[in-house]
Amino acid sequence: MSTFSLNDNQRQIKDSMHRFAVDEIRPLAEQGDEDGVMSAAFLEKSWQLGLSTSVIPEDYGGYGFDRSVLDNVIMIEELAWGDLSMGIAMITPNLFVLPVLEMGSDEQQRRCLPGFCEETYAAGSLAIMEHSPRFDVSNIRTTAKRASDHYVINGEKCLVPMADNARCFIVIATEDPGSGYGGVGAFIVEKGTRGLKVKAREKNMGLHALESFRVGFSDLEVPLENRIEGFDYTRLIACSRIGLAAAANGVAEASKEYCLDYAKQRDAFGFPIATRQSIAFMLADMAIEADASRLLTLEAAWTADRGENALRMAYLAKDYAASKAFKTADMGVSIMGGHGLIREYPVERWFRNARAFSMLEGMIMA
Amino acid sequence: MIDFDMPDRVDAVRKMFRDMVVETVRPIARYYDDHEHEQAKELSCFAPIMQAGMGGGRKNKSKEKNKEIKQTEDRIGANMISVVGSQELAWGDVGLMLAMPGAGLGNAAVDAVATDEQYARFGKKYCAMAITESGCGSDASAIKATATKDGDEYIINGEKIFVTDGDRCESVVVWATLDKSKGRAAIKSFVIEKGTPGFCVEKMEKKCGIRASDTATLVFDDCRIPAENILGDPEIRPEGGFKGVMQTFDNTRPLVAAMALGCARAAYEFTRDTLGKEGIHVNYTTPKLMQTAFERDLIWMEENLEVMRLLIERAAWMADNGRANNLEASMSKAKAGKYGNLIVQKCVEMLGPIGYSRDYLLEKWMRDNKVNDIYEGTQQIQMLVIARRILGYNRDMLS
Repeated sequence: MSTFSLNDNQRQIKDSMHRFAVDEIRPLAEQGDEDGVMSAAFLEKSWQLGLSTSVIPEDYGGYGFDRSVLDNVIMIEELAWGDLSMGIAMITPNLFVLPVLEMGSDEQQRRCLPGFCEETYAAGSLAIMEHSPRFDVSNIRTTAKRASDHYVINGEKCLVPMADNARCFIVIATEDPGSGYGGVGAFIVEKGTRGLKVKAREKNMGLHALESFRVGFSDLEVPLENRIEGFDYTRLIACSRIGLAAAANGVAEASKEYCLDYAKQRDAFGFPIATRQSIAFMLADMAIEADASRLLTLEAAWTADRGENALRMAYLAKDYAASKAFKTADMGVSIMGGHGLIREYPVERWFRNARAFSMLEGMIMA
Repeated sequence: MIDFDMPDRVDAVRKMFRDMVVETVRPIARYYDDHEHEQAKELSCFAPIMQAGMGGGRKNKSKEKNKEIKQTEDRIGANMISVVGSQELAWGDVGLMLAMPGAGLGNAAVDAVATDEQYARFGKKYCAMAITESGCGSDASAIKATATKDGDEYIINGEKIFVTDGDRCESVVVWATLDKSKGRAAIKSFVIEKGTPGFCVEKMEKKCGIRASDTATLVFDDCRIPAENILGDPEIRPEGGFKGVMQTFDNTRPLVAAMALGCARAAYEFTRDTLGKEGIHVNYTTPKLMQTAFERDLIWMEENLEVMRLLIERAAWMADNGRANNLEASMSKAKAGKYGNLIVQKCVEMLGPIGYSRDYLLEKWMRDNKVNDIYEGTQQIQMLVIARRILGYNRDMLS
């Protein structure tokens, strides 16, 4: 039955994640961005939340909780509200865990998932993007060729988060170049495999604190049993776009909220600037679009949870959230005037971070 | 628990309206655009629906009065049914929707505030609403029309413009001031029946769009009505009923937003199908950067149509579940009003000569839809309402 309110469980997720963002993420966000460093102590602390372990079945050492795409969306928005780099790093293990959980064989789960149920933060990652303006999930250039008892992977990926300490990756490669979407497969690649090269850490306009890497594969041999037979590419892309949309909403919300307060405090010509329509209408626009984008993301997540093909809704949600997040962050800088460009104020960071969403694929999983 | 599933009965309403407009409204849409001011007699089948208030109608007043409305979670009520119906009717034709006989905007006011005795007299009459004057639109408090008490009568003087159904209606709810010096609190509404001496329809506007709907100028010249025709409290009180009058907009704004959505959806569907015949389709795997300009525009429309719908449904859901929705109602109207027009206008642009040709309805929809961002609170008024709400400002702090 149609309703727009969160249930108790979802409200609890929202509240607890928001508290974590306020207490643990926000205080470190500025320094992390300045230094380009992700605090190891922070990652360990975040690991205690069990964001990956909790969804892994008890047989493999987890808690076996169900968490819907909708629940993930609520969680991701709050973490990204805290800080995008730190939020992504916290849930990077889910880039590996969630697809294996949903699509991997029993054997693959038994082999890979217990590693994510230990006491300390364990990174796993997903390698999907490629370094080209023509990058297209339905035209992957990294290839996987079948040999007699293994696959041979060649190519290069970019924007692979936490790649240097990831214990394993899902690598997206085409088994049939030129066949488009249908020929794409997913392969589990473990750290240290010959032919796997984690290259230099990337330097980007934003996401400074997040460690992301180019990853090269030269004649990388992957055993046959590492191919994910039940791989559902549509589902993977949809859930990832929904996750990205949720994160974009978090960044937009942060920016909107901050500027709302600022505009009420900042005087010009004897009155707070929020009392001027030019500023007030920008804030109203930010508020409309924050709600609009969140509703669209929630509906996409709800569609995915029903087991329906959510590709279209996820596409729309991600595209919408990406464009509105950037627009909101951009307006935020404008509202703050010169202060908006000073790195002491978080809107400058949100402005750089929000730009990432339009090009990102597969960096967050919901 | 977040849930976007619509119950079957809402879908049934949607389908009923869709079938009716496909059969009755679309075929005559062009004719009544060409023949402005001619009354569409084919619409008589809609009169019972209009009179039933599209599913709501007058609630039992005495029962409702002292009852605290309970906050619920998942009630689907008259507001949701109305926005769904409104969207479908507007998908058929905005002008003809407004011209549907039997009930007008004035009936909403009568339903909401009339006493039982007044309801017995006016409830079943086709009733228009007259607020706007040549010197005031959004600022309804600047009304100049006067009502002067004289024994057991009021004498109404003034001129009202842009009165929808002003010619076809049987009666009009007219806003007039009892005392111009007392501001908003002195503005009251009065039911004036057609044929009352001193009341005449002076002019019918010639319009850009919604030509099937009549838009009249009404003149009241020493027009005498019984004192019992005043709606609501006859006394001037400092914290008067004006706020209450404005609150009815919380229910009607999502309805107009739904009209913009319905019209924009019609334009989008026509454009998508026309482009489809040319082999242009959106592929939802290809990144935005790799889409053609046509495809990008279609995607942009689709996502905006989805969020317009969601904002409207949320506002209606809140009203149905006893939640104050002033902010959300204005959000839905601001978004749908603005983007409805952007979408229809983009559709015309995209289809080139087909968009501009009067052989198709698309050009008409562009003309028809513009008003949805103007009446029931202009875009700028919605933005003011939203900004005040989110900032916690009142009218004096932000105007």
